[in-house]
Amino acid sequence: MRKSLLLAGAVALAAVYATAASAADPIKIGVIAAYSGQFADTAAQIDNGIKLYMKQHGDTVAGRKIEIIRKDTGGPNPDAAKRLAQELVVRDKVDILAGFTLTPEALGAAGVATEAKKFMVDMNAATSIVTEKSPYIVRVSLTLPQVSSTIGHWAATKGGAKKAYTMVSDYGPGLDGEKWFQKAFKDAGGEIVGSVRMPVANADFSAFVQRAKDLNPEAIFVFVPGGAQPAALGKAFAERGMDAKKIKIFSTGEAVDEAALKAMGDIALGRLSGWHYDYTLKSKTNDAFVKAFNAMFKRNPDFFAVGGYDGMHVIYEALKKTKGKTDGDALVNVAKGMKWESPRGPIMIDPATRDIVQNIYMRKVEKVDGHLVNVVIDTVKDVKDPTHK
Amino acid sequence: MLPPIFGVLFDGIAYGMLLFVLSVGLSVTLGLMNFVNLAHCAFAMVGGYVTVTLVNTYNWPFIATLPVAFIVTALISVVFERVFYRRLYRASDLDQVLLTIGLAFVSVAVAAYFFGTLQQPIPTPAFLRGSQQVLGLGLGNYRIFLIVTALIVTVLVVAGLEYTRFGAMVRAAVDNQRMASGLGINVDATFAITFAIGSGLAGLGGALAIEIVGLDPSFSFTYLVYVLIVVAVGGLGSIAGSFIAAMLIGISDIAGKYYFPELGAFLIYLVMIAVLLWKPSGLFGKR
Amino acid sequence: MADVPLTPRAYLQAQSRWTPVEIAFWLATLLPFWLLPDYLSLASQVAITALFALSLDILLGYAGVVSLGHAAFFGIGAYTAGLFSKFVWGAPLPGLLVAAIVSAASGFVVSLIVARFRHFTLIMLTLGIGLLMQEIANRAHWLTGGSDGLQGISINKVLGAFNFDLYGYTAYGYSLAVLFILFLCARRIVHSPFGLALRGIRENWTRMPAIGAPSRAHVRMAFTIAAAMAGIAGALLTQTTQSAALESISFGRSADVLVMLVLGGAGRLYGGLIGAAIFMVARDQFSGIAPQYWYFWIGLLLIGVVMFLPNGILGGLSALAARWRKS
Repeated sequence: MRKSLLLAGAVALAAVYATAASAADPIKIGVIAAYSGQFADTAAQIDNGIKLYMKQHGDTVAGRKIEIIRKDTGGPNPDAAKRLAQELVVRDKVDILAGFTLTPEALGAAGVATEAKKFMVDMNAATSIVTEKSPYIVRVSLTLPQVSSTIGHWAATKGGAKKAYTMVSDYGPGLDGEKWFQKAFKDAGGEIVGSVRMPVANADFSAFVQRAKDLNPEAIFVFVPGGAQPAALGKAFAERGMDAKKIKIFSTGEAVDEAALKAMGDIALGRLSGWHYDYTLKSKTNDAFVKAFNAMFKRNPDFFAVGGYDGMHVIYEALKKTKGKTDGDALVNVAKGMKWESPRGPIMIDPATRDIVQNIYMRKVEKVDGHLVNVVIDTVKDVKDPTHK
Repeated sequence: MLPPIFGVLFDGIAYGMLLFVLSVGLSVTLGLMNFVNLAHCAFAMVGGYVTVTLVNTYNWPFIATLPVAFIVTALISVVFERVFYRRLYRASDLDQVLLTIGLAFVSVAVAAYFFGTLQQPIPTPAFLRGSQQVLGLGLGNYRIFLIVTALIVTVLVVAGLEYTRFGAMVRAAVDNQRMASGLGINVDATFAITFAIGSGLAGLGGALAIEIVGLDPSFSFTYLVYVLIVVAVGGLGSIAGSFIAAMLIGISDIAGKYYFPELGAFLIYLVMIAVLLWKPSGLFGKR
Repeated sequence: MADVPLTPRAYLQAQSRWTPVEIAFWLATLLPFWLLPDYLSLASQVAITALFALSLDILLGYAGVVSLGHAAFFGIGAYTAGLFSKFVWGAPLPGLLVAAIVSAASGFVVSLIVARFRHFTLIMLTLGIGLLMQEIANRAHWLTGGSDGLQGISINKVLGAFNFDLYGYTAYGYSLAVLFILFLCARRIVHSPFGLALRGIRENWTRMPAIGAPSRAHVRMAFTIAAAMAGIAGALLTQTTQSAALESISFGRSADVLVMLVLGGAGRLYGGLIGAAIFMVARDQFSGIAPQYWYFWIGLLLIGVVMFLPNGILGGLSALAARWRKS
């Protein structure tokens, strides 16, 4: 009831603005992402999130049409991202920058956002420092310290593990995960018995798993990039006789995402993870989101898609508040402190850091109706990025 | 009871076997035809997608799709050989590089268009999941299957080359092309068939690789480097060389990661550089 | 056509004479300032990539050394320039110089190993060394920032007067000027007796020492020069974008520049420039149409060039021109 009232109100307001700014040019949003190359699927899902939001909420905000211009960086190229951001600003005259599959892309474009005073929405890049690089950035995705410190604390307290081993990919996000899991785990009274850093592009994990097994820890924390590696790692655990039902294997969400669970099969049962979104989350907003997403793209949404979706939400709502004004300062000011109900639950843009504040769900892989899913066993509410506390 | 390192070594051998099936075709193409085929992994990807489609859409059993992956890839490759490759046998290496990189680029886009950019999961049959306890070691069923399959392939390829008339023709053409054609061997057709078999093996490798390394459109490039390393270490055109090299890379990769995880990513490059400094034409290379 | 010059000196001079087409080409590089002011940041990256391709041309087109790890030196230059600006001095030109020296030194060290080999072995050694460098840069997280890229780069105004602006006027002007100066150097080098010796090595590696030209020493020299130029290109990219990342040192970049050079036509100095321009503009345009599928069109372009213009665009065009002149 309240929702429909709000909606009616919004429509009425929109009608008022429409008369005020009907002759205005479209609002252009430049989306910079790695549409091609190794991370193409990430970009594709972010893009799907954007498309779905625009389909559901129309392509007009505050009386002005929204136009999306997509640019491909091909991978973690700050130089390409910077050039594309410059071109979007000077040639295409975009009003807002968005997207950013990977941290280097966001860092490359940040300078342009500052210089051109453009509102910039980080829909995925997850290194903490991103939001520090320009006062015009807001982030709607996640930060790795946010997730991994939550997992570390939970593992040592409610998880009941005292001795843990960490296995992470040897690059920025992996090192972040390692650092913050270990810190939180030790702060909560746990002990780190060992750790290993694995090559970023790694095909075979059995050697690393054997090293972990040699030390016989109670819990293991793993971080590997999404794609083919999660399943390979899961199979290596099973083959070396490390049953996730007996030893607690913690990870972030990528390592137990839908594709990984499908590829692993029953050996994934009992795997623990902490993450901010899963398509199986039980809520009205998420049910509707997943249904609409499936109808449009014939696949389930993932956290990339929800990043794109929520990113568009911030943009739409901010534009409504500024009455279609696209001035960077105005947009970022109204985005600060914005709260809403996302498919992932209640979320907020921290007014002080412009970073996301959200629930982290602790999940366990179980079989429900013959399908492997991440079942939520605990919810840690309103988690901030620990580096900016 | 054996210490756990033997289990790790077993995994290394299985990984090496996979690399061997993926790369043996390229070794033959490079050695026999002197053709720099950087689209080799694109053919491997074709095999992978054939298997994925048959398993997921037509509910074929995984094992039954493997020969189909081989045959379809071989047929497709021979079309490309006739249309594109053949015209460049006498062209410079650089033109060959340009053509095959171009083909690999196209393959990435075509795969993304038809299959999407996501990882393709395949449900392997139950008997290939899990592991066997042998002397206290847990040996993955799929890895055992991989090793057996690769050994069968090796035996077939070696026997085919050593004991058949066609094999003798291929060996003659490798050793001296002009002399071979002077003796009435149809070098052109020999090339085409060899190329098809080599690419077909890559397709088989691509299908076998899904369970271990996954499959997405960037496959054309992701494993190219590893395949090139195996070929270089083994020596161009040498099947035994490729086999030994694949084992060496597989085992040193896994053992290295176990004993010196800090060196993890460096190790196979260091092995390759060391081998090439010691034997510039690879372990079994003739030139 | 002029008669065949009789003395070596006259031959070299005839070779290095400027043709009207060349002058027109360089004048045309100034056109973007007026005709395409919205594309200047792309143009600056084209100029940088062209310089990178030019450096590979000296190695590949003249000395016949195929390298699949040339981005190692590009990356060393990029990181050197970044670190120099962060810890020492933000002035661009000294940064270029330091980057050139560091990458030349690394190029010389690498050449001590690779100059002993030829053909496939050489390709694989350069590939292996390139991959090692990339992994080292990733692991030296404390120095390079790892996969997040180097942070804290700050570049002063060029010559104390020109700020790097959003439109890219300074970036293009600066990159183009550096490209032109280094092109003059490269032109001088390939038309010198040393350049001729390199071509001799390309054609016959074993016979050159017999006429008194030490092949290995010459290849080492060429490798060092090419590394220095690649390093300058990398430094330019760092300075114009104020960023340096692992991608600058990757196998992908090594492969791309090789493709661009071969696309344009190796061994002609201009081949790298044309190839870089065509590849990057085509990529920009195709990915503007369909950001997910530009690979397809670029792939078709490469296949088409190989099929219809062997030896690259310039090679094919000059063959066509020769045929046309004959008939």
